[in-house]
Amino acid sequence: MQTIKSPYNFKGGIHPAYHKELASGSAIQGLPLPATLSVPMSQHLGAPAKPCVKAGDEVKKGTLIGAQAGFISAPVHAPVAGKVNAIAEVLTASGRPCQAVVIERVESDETDFMQPMTNWQSRSKDELLARISEAGIVGMGGAGFPTKIKLSPPMDKPIDTLILNGAECEPYLTSDHRMMVEHAREIRLGAEIARSILGAKTLRIAIEDNKPDAIAAVEKAFEGVAGDVALTVLRTSYPHGSEKQQIYAVTGREVPRGGLPMDTGCVVENVSTAFAISEAVVKGIPLIQRVITVTGDAVQNPANLMAPFGTSYQSLIDACGGFRGGRPAKVISGGPMMGFAVSSLATPTGKTASGVLLLSPGRVSQYTSQACISCGRCVDACPMRLIPSELSQFVEADDIEGAEGIALMDCIECGSCAFVCPAHRPLVQHMRRGKACIMAQRAAAKAKRD
Amino acid sequence: MKVENQTELFLVSSSPHTHIGSSVERIMLDVLIALAPAFAASLYFFGVDALRLTATCVATCLLAEWLCRKAMGRTNTISDLSAIVTGVLLAFNLPPSLPTWMAAAGSLFAITICKQIFGGIGYNVFNPALAARAFMLISFTGAMTVWSNSGWIASVGASTVDATTVATPLGVVKEALKAGAAMPNFTGAAVMQLFTGKINGCIGETSALALLLGAAYLLWRKVITWHIPGAYIGTVFIYASILHLVAPEASVPPQIHLLSGGLILGACFMATDMVTSPVTRKGMLIFGVGCGIITMLIRTVKSGAYPEGVSFAILLMNAITPLINRGCRNKVFGTKS
Amino acid sequence: MDNIILEALLWIGLIGLISGIALAVAAKYLAVKEDPRIAAINDLLPGANCGGCGYAGCADYARAIAEGQAEINLCTPGGLACMSNIAAYLGVAATAAKKKSALVLCCGDNDKSKKRFAYNGISDCAAAHATAGGDKSCTWGCLGYGSCARVCPVDAITIENGLARVNKELCIACGKCVAICPRRIIKMVPVAANIHVLCSSPDKGPLVKQACSTGCIGCRLCVKFGDEGAFVMDGFLAKVDYSIPVTKEEVIEKCPSKCIQRN
Repeated sequence: MQTIKSPYNFKGGIHPAYHKELASGSAIQGLPLPATLSVPMSQHLGAPAKPCVKAGDEVKKGTLIGAQAGFISAPVHAPVAGKVNAIAEVLTASGRPCQAVVIERVESDETDFMQPMTNWQSRSKDELLARISEAGIVGMGGAGFPTKIKLSPPMDKPIDTLILNGAECEPYLTSDHRMMVEHAREIRLGAEIARSILGAKTLRIAIEDNKPDAIAAVEKAFEGVAGDVALTVLRTSYPHGSEKQQIYAVTGREVPRGGLPMDTGCVVENVSTAFAISEAVVKGIPLIQRVITVTGDAVQNPANLMAPFGTSYQSLIDACGGFRGGRPAKVISGGPMMGFAVSSLATPTGKTASGVLLLSPGRVSQYTSQACISCGRCVDACPMRLIPSELSQFVEADDIEGAEGIALMDCIECGSCAFVCPAHRPLVQHMRRGKACIMAQRAAAKAKRD
Repeated sequence: MKVENQTELFLVSSSPHTHIGSSVERIMLDVLIALAPAFAASLYFFGVDALRLTATCVATCLLAEWLCRKAMGRTNTISDLSAIVTGVLLAFNLPPSLPTWMAAAGSLFAITICKQIFGGIGYNVFNPALAARAFMLISFTGAMTVWSNSGWIASVGASTVDATTVATPLGVVKEALKAGAAMPNFTGAAVMQLFTGKINGCIGETSALALLLGAAYLLWRKVITWHIPGAYIGTVFIYASILHLVAPEASVPPQIHLLSGGLILGACFMATDMVTSPVTRKGMLIFGVGCGIITMLIRTVKSGAYPEGVSFAILLMNAITPLINRGCRNKVFGTKS
Repeated sequence: MDNIILEALLWIGLIGLISGIALAVAAKYLAVKEDPRIAAINDLLPGANCGGCGYAGCADYARAIAEGQAEINLCTPGGLACMSNIAAYLGVAATAAKKKSALVLCCGDNDKSKKRFAYNGISDCAAAHATAGGDKSCTWGCLGYGSCARVCPVDAITIENGLARVNKELCIACGKCVAICPRRIIKMVPVAANIHVLCSSPDKGPLVKQACSTGCIGCRLCVKFGDEGAFVMDGFLAKVDYSIPVTKEEVIEKCPSKCIQRN
């Protein structure tokens, strides 16, 4: 396999302070498991899973507890053995209430996994897809789109390139980084499975150049993979982990406006998702845990923890030695650019949460929004080449049609604009509000038609 | 929903949760720092008059800003330093002999009429300092066009010009050409005088050297980009060069155009005013080229009343900035070509 | 000299004449045929253009009436007088719609329902609701960021201590606040009704109590002590059946969490 520098540079983007050194050297480790886990039924994009156990039921590690509820949905499995305490409502990291299966953990080695597929090469594409779907695998980069759907594009959209996303462009986070360093072989296996399902001729692994040890590990593990395979080293720039920008950086193709990556013949999978695929296929283990980076200046010992889903943030922080320098001002699920600030440490982890970031009052500033001074820095920073200043002013004035007319819906909410805004305008929040208005209008129009 | 018994609450906001650390105040402070060399030069060449005018303008602008915000019941924006920038820029555009009360009246006009009536910083259509200067040129035409003699006229040998109504370099040339006299002789020494600032003119516009130092600082701090000043100065240079090549005896050499009439001040500090200039790179280039062409048109029309034209060129381009912004949006990522 | 002036006058006059004739001909032959009743009905409407009838404005509503697509009792600002005028004009019978006003079904201000977190962002209810689910402890209650007050065409809504209140004397029942509230807790109620359950939380009692000191805990005391059928339970939330007049006002005293209030 060859290593190449990314041949294309997307316009825009920013260079935030990365602070990756806090956790990048810390090997993936387990944690003392909490007595109870609240496993949310909505850990993915689409319809929440339907709980299929009731209070009092005994579950083993890997038992199905939430059934897939619709086409865009994913099943949820018990991450530990124990007894179902209740089906309760919890707030997920994004602040939406959702049902959760509360499991009181018991010490037990019993598992309820699926049958391992020792010779996956001889299995049919449908069998492999069924396994991925059954294992509840969703995109682990953040959006949580069910992987099965992503890996089964319609016939008229042939896929020639599979891109493994190891960019991890969010500051602070190192979970994908550690996965690549420690589990590159499993990632390779997962990538080969996904590639054979897609029938993709080309395989690219995209890693930012600030992770030399991950690059070295991946180079070694992918030695000898047949066909057009290459490791694309991206220059460090946010948001290189965004699908659209990454496809451009790797292939030079632009995902058309309103289109999907498959319109360019590409599928992008996170490296952690590739790992999950190999676990599900080769070992039969459903997606019940993930690596989560607990980091920031307000935690004692930043670390990368392999945590079962439903672990509370409090348990993760306890496992890292607690707070450093008193209670943090802000706790974020995910990275500082696109993560969600949470209101409570009872928030449970889920399939898409790649990090918990604790920031001290010194790192967090509460700003008040000022008038836009048209400096144009957001315009230079926007990787989608929008005019965030103008968009936010349209939304502020409730001219939603006006904002839609200048491509509000193309915003990927990466936060580059708000990051550079000297007037501290909450640009992303304006975009979100405007997009929500448009989505509501479209839903109303659709309801009227039907 | 369960709520923990919390003594301190977590802060929750929409992403992103980190910031580059820039601020409007910092930008304004950088502009003030960049204007410092020119201020020093003005003190050197014009002495106490420079101090008097700058202090008057800054004080009046601050007072007017504070009063306006107070009267409108809005949060006060004194601390963002933009009023000070307006004050300094306006002062730099005034002749040294201007009476203090006129400077104060102009500053009042700049902040109240040109800025706060539109809604304050961010909402004004025209650069307040330039709009106020235009207002003063019309209201106090006499006082605004009286210059003290710096000896530059003698050095270019333009003896036809009446020595009592001393004019700026471009004014000298215009008068001379109107009177049918020969083009003054621009020696190396005269050009050097223009570059260092020992000429007649507004207090802050004369020293190209000091202004360029400031502009370099702004570029280094990334407060401005090269696009507007580059396009502006480049256009003036090309326009003037062509004229000079076609008719050397009837037109001013390009280097004189660049170094006089407040072009450097206008191109680097006034045309780059963020609020009143376009946001995209393409828009900035168009804006700069437009400024350059209008400046040269005003300067070269023989019957025109104004020998300079930087102020009016920028004001006219300010007026069409919204149009430029509308027409120069970037092609959105993924647009089919 | 005279000739020039005369000539100019003649030309101008000629141009004016031709244009006038052209316009007159166009007005006659190219006129858009519009039902004359639309203009007449429009004149009878108050012209507030509030949109409360569900149409884009008074003219749009007038067109809908003329085309027989809308009832004539939908105009709240015009009220009874407006309706009977239209009825008289069209020669149809009119049944008055019950006069309604908007009501915020929440009485948990910032003291009763504490904040879960410190919100920092744009002052808009939908935006605040989308940020970690809103900062009030109660996830059903009024957020108090005033989106309803801003959209109200007659300034009938005020925000007091993080709680929106509708002044029913001013309210014209246009329904804009009902539509904009992200938590869907503003309802249209009959103006005549003056006792309400000011809570929208369907949660069980203990959860409600954790979130707000004045939320409905589903104790059913109002059902028991109130007029027959006037209060009904919807799960764990008491609601008023506005078709039954409330006479026993002691329910206000009986309600342990004081969410039954007069308005």
